Amino acid sequence: MMAFAPPARHLLRAKDLADARYAEPLAVEDMAAAAGLSRAHFSREFRRAFGESPHGYLLTRRLERAAALLRNTDRGVAEICLDVGLTSVGSFTTSFKRTFGKTPTEYRRSYPPASVHAIVPGCVARAYARPQVRTFREDSPAVGS
Amino acid sequence: MKISVAQLWVQDQEEALAFWTEKVGFEVRVDVTMPEMGDFRWLTVGPPGQEEMAIVLMAIPGDPVMDAQTRAQVADLTAKGFAGTVFLTTDDCRADYERLLARGVEFTEAPEERPYGIDAGFRDPSGNAIRLTQVTWSLASTK
Repeated sequence: MMAFAPPARHLLRAKDLADARYAEPLAVEDMAAAAGLSRAHFSREFRRAFGESPHGYLLTRRLERAAALLRNTDRGVAEICLDVGLTSVGSFTTSFKRTFGKTPTEYRRSYPPASVHAIVPGCVARAYARPQVRTFREDSPAVGS
Repeated sequence: MKISVAQLWVQDQEEALAFWTEKVGFEVRVDVTMPEMGDFRWLTVGPPGQEEMAIVLMAIPGDPVMDAQTRAQVADLTAKGFAGTVFLTTDDCRADYERLLARGVEFTEAPEERPYGIDAGFRDPSGNAIRLTQVTWSLASTK
């Protein structure tokens, strides 16, 4: 059944895709395809709906997951980088430091494992712990801004 | 006091009704249309076996309840996924996931182990988020 839905409903599918499959080699093109839009049109519409570029959303999702893995596991930095769908440890470390103000190793050291973790739903933790960053060097200068 | 009915904005009541009954497996509790109230339709659904709690599938109204701009804003926020969430609990998250997935439900997350249990997430056609959790720790209370 096709009922009326505002265009943002398609953009939400792209956002959900980034949240669900950040660990895979997902790119903005895949998010655009999930929304059924061309890459350039999609980036504009996504930014208009959610106030940030799809690239920025996907990267902050990955950095948020990486930060959680640094706090909650003893996996190595390179392994965590791959776990969240990033392939370059150098870029990961740079983006991480710009976002959290510390390298992944420093970040991990600053968070000793808490003995008591509040039990909140995973979806809530991911939504509220995702870092907010205005720009990334990796952002294509032609898109968004 | 007890919680009786909670509301979700829906873009289309017929679409929402089909989704909640045919795909999720809820039953209709009340479906009344009132001509004296501009054909307002009070439509509630709930899970079999939990008679005391229902969700009202509320159409986003126009005049005189909402002006056109407000209506468009609510419709847009709902489509962006920021208008509402329902947390469901279940005895078997993975079995429910398989059944709903086979019916074409748009899952945002497959079942995963969490500190509080196993849960998955899906969307209704309007954009509302629904969590499906097999609870080992209560989400509503730390008691």
